[in-house]
Amino acid sequence: MLGRVANTIYWMNRYLERAENYARFMDVNYNLSLELPPNEIEQWQPLVVITGDWELYQSLNDTVEKSKVIHFLAFEKENPNSIYNCILNARENSRAVRTEITKEVWEQINSLYFLVKSVADNENPTDGEFRTFFTQIKNGCQLVYGMYDATISRNDSWHFGKIGQVIERADKTSRVLDAKYHLLLQSPELVGSSLDLIQWAALLKSVSAYDMYRKKKGKLTSSGIAEFLILDTEFPRSILACLLNAEQCLITLSGNSVRFSNNAQKKLGILKSQLEYADINDIINQGMHEYLDDIQIKLNAISSAIYNSFFAIEEQSQSQSQ
Amino acid sequence: MPKLDFSSYDTKGFYDEMFDENNKVRPNYELFSERLANLSQKKLNTLQHATDRAQLSLGMTFNVYSDNQGVERILPLDIIPRIINNEEWTYLEKGLQQRIKALNLFIQDIYNDQKVFKDKIIPKEMIFSSVSYLKELQGFKPPKDIWCHITGSDLIKGGDGQYYVLEDNLRCPSGVSYMLENREILKRTFPELFETLGVKPVYNYTHTLRDTLEYLSDKNKPTVAVLTPGIYNSAYFEHSYLAQQMGAELVEGRDLIVKNDIVYMITTNGLERVDVIYRRVDDDFIDPLVFNKNSMLGTPGLFGAYLKGNVVLVNAPGTGVVDDKAVYAYIPKIIKYYLGEDMILPNVKTYICDEESDRKYVIENIHDLVVKQTDASGGYGMLIGPKSTKKEQEEFIAKIKQNPRNYIAQPMINLSRVPTITDNTIEGRHVDLRPYALYGDDIKIIPGALTRVALKKGSIVVNSSQGGGSKDTWILNS
Repeated sequence: MLGRVANTIYWMNRYLERAENYARFMDVNYNLSLELPPNEIEQWQPLVVITGDWELYQSLNDTVEKSKVIHFLAFEKENPNSIYNCILNARENSRAVRTEITKEVWEQINSLYFLVKSVADNENPTDGEFRTFFTQIKNGCQLVYGMYDATISRNDSWHFGKIGQVIERADKTSRVLDAKYHLLLQSPELVGSSLDLIQWAALLKSVSAYDMYRKKKGKLTSSGIAEFLILDTEFPRSILACLLNAEQCLITLSGNSVRFSNNAQKKLGILKSQLEYADINDIINQGMHEYLDDIQIKLNAISSAIYNSFFAIEEQSQSQSQ
Repeated sequence: MPKLDFSSYDTKGFYDEMFDENNKVRPNYELFSERLANLSQKKLNTLQHATDRAQLSLGMTFNVYSDNQGVERILPLDIIPRIINNEEWTYLEKGLQQRIKALNLFIQDIYNDQKVFKDKIIPKEMIFSSVSYLKELQGFKPPKDIWCHITGSDLIKGGDGQYYVLEDNLRCPSGVSYMLENREILKRTFPELFETLGVKPVYNYTHTLRDTLEYLSDKNKPTVAVLTPGIYNSAYFEHSYLAQQMGAELVEGRDLIVKNDIVYMITTNGLERVDVIYRRVDDDFIDPLVFNKNSMLGTPGLFGAYLKGNVVLVNAPGTGVVDDKAVYAYIPKIIKYYLGEDMILPNVKTYICDEESDRKYVIENIHDLVVKQTDASGGYGMLIGPKSTKKEQEEFIAKIKQNPRNYIAQPMINLSRVPTITDNTIEGRHVDLRPYALYGDDIKIIPGALTRVALKKGSIVVNSSQGGGSKDTWILNS
């Protein structure tokens, strides 16, 4: 397939996954905020911090307030990662790869765009409208994935799209864990308290992991949850499971499972092995924030390697001909 | 439920496609009219709204501004179809086939033997001075000697009920995706109307297009691509739609690379050869080495690969010379010269200002004529005589005298009308007709067309940027 198209479909899925995760973060935080003492900064600041756009937020807003954070993450046109922009970009990308996807997938992404646009154009949405909106985004994205899996052949295009989705998902799972770390830092005396437990449960819910966690581990403990979200091989949103998924796609695309045949496969293999042999207690003792930070940096490097190995053949072939 | 009310429908002064001058329904609309009688205005308006929504959901939109925050518009589809009976269609078909066959021979001749000049059928200077004439193609013959593979001529019907060809579009005629999607939408809107009405299907278009493209290559399974300027082009919906329906690659100039005069696509597995390109990029932009040097839309070396016969370009570069409004005036002579036949489908009477007697007539009768600049399009560079002031007429006379080659004039034609839904009633609106022809092993006219409609009351401008819309066009089996 065309290199440009492969890159576009990879990013189309990353944008969709990002939009869905932002909707999840906000929905759970919103839910949580209803039962907690109204200390808005503590409640909403970490949400912006985990997205990595805290500086941009500060440049656009004087204070941290629920409505401002929601606006910033959901609708802010200046924020390249807002749900609005993610869906807009996903739609522009899917327009550009219309020949790779089906009518069903295109129409669903297109309707998500009109949804976001209509809510963003609404000047004074109520809290209830926000909750409905988050649900619509989550469901709408799931509908795209469902149609994607049900109507598109497992060809190169599907695999590039899948890699984009799971790399983004791994990144967001690491960031949501990191958010909890920020909360803990602010209130070490609360560790193990009921508030602490509510927050851990909320975190699990924000990645739809609560039910599966309960089924596998039962009791809510910080190390158990961290282990589940970083190292579990069966839960589809854990970091390691995402990496295993991406590895399978890369093997199919590169046709090499014994060793690696390109830099993307190599970098991914190293990170995957690192996680496969990791122990959650070591991670916590070393410092979870640093560990997660390191994973995020490596995920970025993998993304660049995928670009250079598959999408940037144009530049390579042009430099060869010079 | 109040039924549709046509009692105040006005047909005066124009040819109406549905009603004759006594307000009696014409035969081609009889069945449709019977079924429509069961609907109310309210129901019709509901169906119209559903249609607008369907167009948005399908993504049948174009950006008005070139950034992605810009206003996005649909080409509104009016749900009352234009209906043409088989006899009328057969006539159009024959006329278009004749025309395209002759035009193709003409293009081949002006780039090769140039007999048409030697026999003094058309002045040489008229062709050589056309901006669309590419001297780089002199002595070149495209595969199977076909130049104009895809044509979308604009036709109108005058007050006399006669069809006229208004212009030929041989460069990159657009709108065919609207013909195809309009039909899909109308089938959903009026399923009960289609049954037993006997409407000829149009869905074959993309298969025929693919066959036409493959026919041009010597390869058994040629690689076919559609070349688009990209997602910000107003016809991008059509480009992606056609590529997808044909199972062809949709490429931009930057996806292609030319090495040793061979065209390749840049894929994730390396370079892959391309054999046939349906290009929706104008001549000027396909190759910065030969044409517009600042263009980023094309691919360096593409034209060279074409001249070497290593890739087929569709439509062939250089065909745009026929779109010149002065050349149009010669088409009756061109048909007679190459085919020895009289023109079946008439032109609008055209006065060539470069010819002395015509020029004299134009200057004396300018208040009755429409004057057009030969190298302009889209309603620019025009004088509509009956609607102009004395001062404007004098300005145009001066321009004509200064550069006669650049002007033609035609009598004003009153476009026919078709009933069209307005906010609360149904009124006649002016229409034109664009059928699509594919030239492969023979010349096929797809039994359907894009009918463009001027939605503004009294307007004769069907252009999408000026309040135009479209209608589905039904060709009946009988």
